[in-house]
Amino acid sequence: MTASTTPLPLARRRFVLTALAGTTLPTLGARANPRQVADLIRAVTGATPVQTGKVTLDLPVLVENGNAVAMTITIDAPAGSVRALHVFADGNPLPEVLRLRFGPASGAPRLSTRIRLADSQTVTALAELADGTFWQDRVELLVTLAACLE
Amino acid sequence: MIGRATLAVAMLLGFGTDIVLATDAKRSGYDDASAETRAMQDDDAANPAFLWVAQGESLWSTPAGPSARSCASCHQDARISMRGVAARHPKFDPTLGRPISLEARIQQCRTERQGAPALPPEGDSILGLTAYVGLQSRGMPMAVADDPPVRPFLDAGQRLFETRMGQLNLSCAQCHDRLAGQRLAGSTIPQAHPNGYPLYRLEWQGMGSLYRRLRNCLTGVRAEPFPPDSPEVVALSLYLAWRANGLKVETPAVRP
Amino acid sequence: MVRVLINAPKQVRAGQAFEVKLLINHPMESGQRRDTFGQAIPREIIHSITCTLGGQEVFQADLFPAISANPFLAFWAVATQSGDLTIRFTDDQGTTQTDSVAIAVV
Repeated sequence: MTASTTPLPLARRRFVLTALAGTTLPTLGARANPRQVADLIRAVTGATPVQTGKVTLDLPVLVENGNAVAMTITIDAPAGSVRALHVFADGNPLPEVLRLRFGPASGAPRLSTRIRLADSQTVTALAELADGTFWQDRVELLVTLAACLE
Repeated sequence: MIGRATLAVAMLLGFGTDIVLATDAKRSGYDDASAETRAMQDDDAANPAFLWVAQGESLWSTPAGPSARSCASCHQDARISMRGVAARHPKFDPTLGRPISLEARIQQCRTERQGAPALPPEGDSILGLTAYVGLQSRGMPMAVADDPPVRPFLDAGQRLFETRMGQLNLSCAQCHDRLAGQRLAGSTIPQAHPNGYPLYRLEWQGMGSLYRRLRNCLTGVRAEPFPPDSPEVVALSLYLAWRANGLKVETPAVRP
Repeated sequence: MVRVLINAPKQVRAGQAFEVKLLINHPMESGQRRDTFGQAIPREIIHSITCTLGGQEVFQADLFPAISANPFLAFWAVATQSGDLTIRFTDDQGTTQTDSVAIAVV
């Protein structure tokens, strides 16, 4: 038997997707993990406990394409009472997504943007209020694989 | 190897199990996109394709070539003069004796009337200008003519659409006619209507032409892509546009 | 110059918050991809962006490679008097660009 007839040790799913794709662009690094995000949050909050509430992280639960995922963060607090906003993605190669400080001309503690998500994972939005409290919201989402890549 | 791949794809597509024929209703790719992707297209201030449209708008009145004429020098206000133009392309060009796409029409104007070099294919300038011209037909139904001069090209395009190609041995029609609406991996298989080009594709993280999409499809089935402006691309683009007749122009659309 | 689209109302009321939508034509190359020859594509992103209104800060943000290509930001601002809404951003090569639109308080 020649080498060319030996089946390749590839999962069928992976094999099919590779066959359908023109070229593939593998990412370089490994992905982040929930512990890294926990460490990053602790670096922001110090010893202050993080509470759930006040922050609403709006993300689709099923993502059609991870290259541009619409995200809206709303903090239920008056303009001027929110100091900063942090977003982390624990399944991306790099867990930090965004760090934002609201200034005096901010009209509302609300932000929409589009983010990259490398894989199914949990995204965390953390808000720091002027009174020194920290609030968060988390969304666990599924990123589906596109069939026809360039 | 190839047999294995073909078999796996056939299984994925559901051949031999439950072939479901697509309904007669024409569906734009918009209808098969997620709510988030549709929302991105619906808001011009959020649609990233408008970065290209803005470039096209400024090119429209920028003089080019030794004539020092701009598009606006002859066509004045695009919002009036270009209304409906994209809905009627590709269109038969009597001088060339073949149908011509909107992109190719713009390039023709540039090289022959303005005397300027053609814009780089698939570059931001030609994509922007085509998107700006296309935008003027947004909301109008696609109305590609099928009069006698284009008939042979239309027939050739349909034959290509139904011809199995590439190592995966698939035709356009197998997926986009017979299996449209079903799923391939994480995606809904669309009916493949070109009513939003040039468009912003999240996969590309940028703007692209119908040709870029065709090249994607062809490499996807592991076929050698036809060169740009080849008779095959001219015929297939014409057939696809004619097949979409009645659907509203969405340029510049957003697709996953 | 990078193409920037700032979508904001031309006229606003004093003290009444209004939404601004921003699009920037930038690849936001993440530094995480390889080209077709297997070579790493170097990171090239806009890493910092500030918005001011009449000289007062609306927000300051640090962006990471997880921000999508052709960044989109929608946010709320409030004005007490007429002034320029100014966007100022810096990329990995150290280039800073500033774009403004006038906001009139009526």
